[in-house]
Amino acid sequence: MSNIPGLHVLGEANFSDHGANRLGASALMQGLADGYFVIPYTLGNYLTTQFGKKVDANHPAFEQALKETKAHVQRLIDIKGTRPVDSFHRELGLIIWDYCGMARSAEGLTEAIGKIQKLRKEFWSDLKLIGGADGINMELERAGRVADFLEFGELMCLDALTRDESCGGHFRTEHQTPDGEALRNDEQYSFVSAWKYEGEGNTSTLVKEPLVYEQVKPSTRSYK
Amino acid sequence: MKFHLKVWRQKDSHSEGTLEDYTAENIPADASFLEMLDIVNNSLTGKDVPPIQFDSDCREGICGSCSLTINGIPHGPGRGTTCQLYMRKFRDGDTITIEPFRADAFPVQRDVVVDRSAFDRIIQAGGYISERSGSAPDANSVPISKTIADKAMDAAACIGCGACAAACPNGSAMLFVSAKVTHLGLLPQGKPETDRRVLGMVRQMDKEGFGNCSNYYACEAVCPAGVPAAFIGRMNREFTAASLKEMAGMTV
Repeated sequence: MSNIPGLHVLGEANFSDHGANRLGASALMQGLADGYFVIPYTLGNYLTTQFGKKVDANHPAFEQALKETKAHVQRLIDIKGTRPVDSFHRELGLIIWDYCGMARSAEGLTEAIGKIQKLRKEFWSDLKLIGGADGINMELERAGRVADFLEFGELMCLDALTRDESCGGHFRTEHQTPDGEALRNDEQYSFVSAWKYEGEGNTSTLVKEPLVYEQVKPSTRSYK
Repeated sequence: MKFHLKVWRQKDSHSEGTLEDYTAENIPADASFLEMLDIVNNSLTGKDVPPIQFDSDCREGICGSCSLTINGIPHGPGRGTTCQLYMRKFRDGDTITIEPFRADAFPVQRDVVVDRSAFDRIIQAGGYISERSGSAPDANSVPISKTIADKAMDAAACIGCGACAAACPNGSAMLFVSAKVTHLGLLPQGKPETDRRVLGMVRQMDKEGFGNCSNYYACEAVCPAGVPAAFIGRMNREFTAASLKEMAGMTV
């Protein structure tokens, strides 16, 4: 939490040296560590202090969450297919690597979305997991993550496809200057894309958060 | 490459464990030890055998998650973590024994996964600086001599993997604790809490069931971060001084 009560600073910006030594790998590492391990504990811990009374495990919301989680885990175990989780993880990784790296195009992203949807269908019908949910089962844990990655990977591609301009690390090959620099389109894309989850199997909805600059005027950075 | 594996399989912390035989086939020489286990696990899944449960995370030698005792040596042959060990270090057809890190304070949870939360509790007993770090100061505003900076850096290299305790015949965690105590105690931000820190951490270490140091230096030999055992002597001096102050009723 920052020195403003309730305002949490997580991911790349979580450390005092932000901007001084938070480049590349260290910033990415903090994004990963916070996303995986820190956020679920810190935010949950903070929120439990905000209700004024102790919420115990008999609360209907808790029981519902437990029921849903158990059902989700059981669904993974019950697939009883032929392919280990590792093979899905690697195949998805290669799709993202090939089509949703720093340089991406509408054509490639459309193809990737199709491939991911097909892979997800296969995951939910042909995953093979050994062992159950009692005790440590890292394959099961990984299957849960890969199920998430399959959702999130598609959303990443959809997000990149929707942003029809080049901007920073998002380099759409269709949008570049004659000498290969990123070509922004501030008129149409001065917004942050937030996506609303619409439930399993449904396309997420884009919610635009406009970027309004009052003091500075966005310009093009040149390294030349 | 092909290997014969003898792997420690144990259902949970209450069950007895045994060494089981497996064959690792079609292993690229450039595969890391953990990638080799990934390949073996995929083939075990194919044969309806529960995959070997093992800890790993960054797989680049900095997180301290991986914890295998390979042919009797924590992290196996060579200096470095298990994830940085490559199969080309072995000969084709070798028999390789894989066991968990063994120490009384590291109970086996399943197969080769051990519970190292004892280290977390030792850190919680003083391995930190209470003062807020604030924003980054200008360079050289707090002069620190090169000798001290280097020493603190050597200590800070500890990734808390636990190989030291696993290698020690006494199951001692003194290399780990001394690295933390030295790293923080040498630098200006950590100095004010030196006494409180060393007393808290050493007492927690004893409480967790780690043994004492009797100068085997097995810890230093296996430490993937190259933390020198000399820090243990430094910690002992710090501990003695802090204990005397405490006995004399001085605030620590």
